[in-house]
Amino acid sequence: MKTARGLLILGVLNFAVNGFSQTAKPINKLVMDNGKAVYISRCLTCHQVDGGGVPRLNAPLDGASAVIAADKAKLIRIVLKGYSERVEIDGEYYSNNMAPQADLNNQQIADVLTYIRNSWSNKASAVTVAEVKAIRAKLK
Amino acid sequence: MRKSISLSLLALCLSISQLFALWGDSTKLANKAILPDADNAGLKLPAGFGALKVADSVGRARHIAITEKGTIYVKLSRLVNGKGIVVLRDNDGDGRAEEKGAFGDFGGTGIAISGKWLYASSDEEVFRYMLKPDGSLVNPMSPQKIVTGLINRRQHESKSIALDGMGNIYVNIGAYSNSCQEKDRQKGSKGMMPCPILDSAGGIWKFDAEKTNQSYGDGKRYATGLRNVVGLDWNKQHKQLFVMQHGRDQLHDLFPDLYDQKTNAEKPAETMYAIKEGSNAGWPYVYYDPELKQKIVAPEYGGDGKKVSTDPAFQDPAIAFPAHMAPNALLFYTGNQFPARYKNGAFVAFHGSWNRAPLPQEGYYVAFVPFENGKPTGQWEVFANGFAGVEVVTGTRGAQHRPCGLAQGPDGSLYVSDDSKGTIYRIMYNGK
Repeated sequence: MKTARGLLILGVLNFAVNGFSQTAKPINKLVMDNGKAVYISRCLTCHQVDGGGVPRLNAPLDGASAVIAADKAKLIRIVLKGYSERVEIDGEYYSNNMAPQADLNNQQIADVLTYIRNSWSNKASAVTVAEVKAIRAKLK
Repeated sequence: MRKSISLSLLALCLSISQLFALWGDSTKLANKAILPDADNAGLKLPAGFGALKVADSVGRARHIAITEKGTIYVKLSRLVNGKGIVVLRDNDGDGRAEEKGAFGDFGGTGIAISGKWLYASSDEEVFRYMLKPDGSLVNPMSPQKIVTGLINRRQHESKSIALDGMGNIYVNIGAYSNSCQEKDRQKGSKGMMPCPILDSAGGIWKFDAEKTNQSYGDGKRYATGLRNVVGLDWNKQHKQLFVMQHGRDQLHDLFPDLYDQKTNAEKPAETMYAIKEGSNAGWPYVYYDPELKQKIVAPEYGGDGKKVSTDPAFQDPAIAFPAHMAPNALLFYTGNQFPARYKNGAFVAFHGSWNRAPLPQEGYYVAFVPFENGKPTGQWEVFANGFAGVEVVTGTRGAQHRPCGLAQGPDGSLYVSDDSKGTIYRIMYNGK
C-alpha cells in the first residue's frame, strides 16, 4: 500500500517533470542507444527499419498517433499485453498479431518506447521506468 | 475545299470502321492501335515487351479477371465509396480504360470468370454474378451467394479462388497463425499437436460452383498443410490445381538460438505445389529449406534448423523460390501473343517481402516459370520488375507499387494489378 502510494506520487512527479518538458528536453543518448538495441531485437522485423510497419499487416510506429500521444499508458500496455484485436488504427486495419513483450524489464521498455517516440519523424517526451512500472502493476 | 471534303470523308470512314470494330471485337482493333507508355509504365521487361497503365488509383486492387471482350473486373480489399469491385472498359481501343464503374458491397481478394459467371470473394464468402455476352453483368446488385461462413481471424484472411471449368470452385482458407504455436508469434512458444487450425483453415476447400449457400459441411478439404495461399490457378492443359504458398515468418525472432538474421532472411522457401485431392504440404510441422532442398522439421515441432522430415505424408514443392517474397497471384499463360516459350508456363506475382528485415526486402516483381509436360523445368526468371520504383526496398512501405493480381486478356496481353497505388498494368509483346 505504501509502495503504491509512493509510486503514485512518483508518477505524478514524473508527469509534472515530463509534462513541462514535452519537447524541450533532449533525450539521453544512452537511452536512445539502449532503446535501439531493444528495437532491433524485438520490434524491427514487423515494424521495419524505417518504423513504417508493413501496409495492412503490421502497424507503423512512425507518425502513429498512439506512439506519439501525450498519454503513454496505452503504448506501455500494448508492449506488455501484445495486440490481437481488429481495431482501426489511424484509419487502417492490420492483420498480424503482436506478441506481448512482458519479459522485457521496465528499463528496457522505457528505453525502447523513448526510442520509438524519438525516431524517424517522431518527437515526443521520454517514457520513464516509473511509468512502465505503474502500468505493469495495474495489469497484474 | 476538296481537301477538306476528302479529309472529312476519311474521318467518317475511320469512325465507321472504328464503330464496327468496337461492335464486333474491340480487342482486334485495340491490338493494332495500342502503344505502350513511353516509359513502359515504369517497368523493366524482357526485350520485345512493352507495358502501359490501363488505369491508376482504382483502390486496393487485389485480384483481377477479364472477359472475352476485354472488360476488366478488379477486386478491392477495401471498399471505395462503398464499392468493392471496379469494372474498367477501354471503349476507344487505345488500351487505356476511360470507363470506370463500381459495384459490390464487400471487400476481398478473389475474383475469377468461369463460363458465363463472374465469381468474387469477401474474406468470409464467395459470390457470383451472371455475365452478359458483352461482358457486363445481368444484375450487379444481387449476386448469388455460393459459399458462406468461412473463417476470418484477421491473419491470412484472403479467400482466393480458382475454378476448374468442370463445376468446381477451389477456395483458399489461410491459417490464422504463423506456425500454429500455442501463442502466436511468441518467442519459443511450442507448436500445438496436432494443429487444430487445420480442421477449418490452412488448406484449399473445394465447393460446387453452381450451388448456393454452401459452407464447410458442403465442401471438401481438398488439400491441407498450406499455411496461406493467395495465388492459385487451375492448369487447364493438365487439369490440375497449382498453388503458391506463403512460407512461415520469423524463424530468427522466435528461435534466435537456431536461426540468425541472415538465415531468417533466406528461409524458408516460397513454394509452388501441384495439388491432387488429399495433398498435404506439411504446414505447420515442416517448412521447405531452399538451400538444403529438403523439408525441415519446424522448430516449434522439435526441429533444430537442420533436422529433415521423413514423414511421407508431406509433399515436395513443384518448385521453390527465395524466402518471404509473398506470391500473391499465379497464372498459367495460354495466349498466343507472347513468344512460344511462354505458352503453358506460369507467371507469379510476388507482392514483396517484409520478413527479411533488417536485410533489404525482395520480390515486388512478376516472375515467369517455364513448364514442360505440366511440370516446372526447374528454372525461373524475373519477368517484369520495377514496380517498387526504388532500387532497394529497405522498409516495405517504401515500395510504390506491389504486384498482387494477374490476368490474361483476350488478345494474350498480361495484366497485373497493384494493391498499393491501385495501378492496372498491361504487358504486351511487340517484338518480332
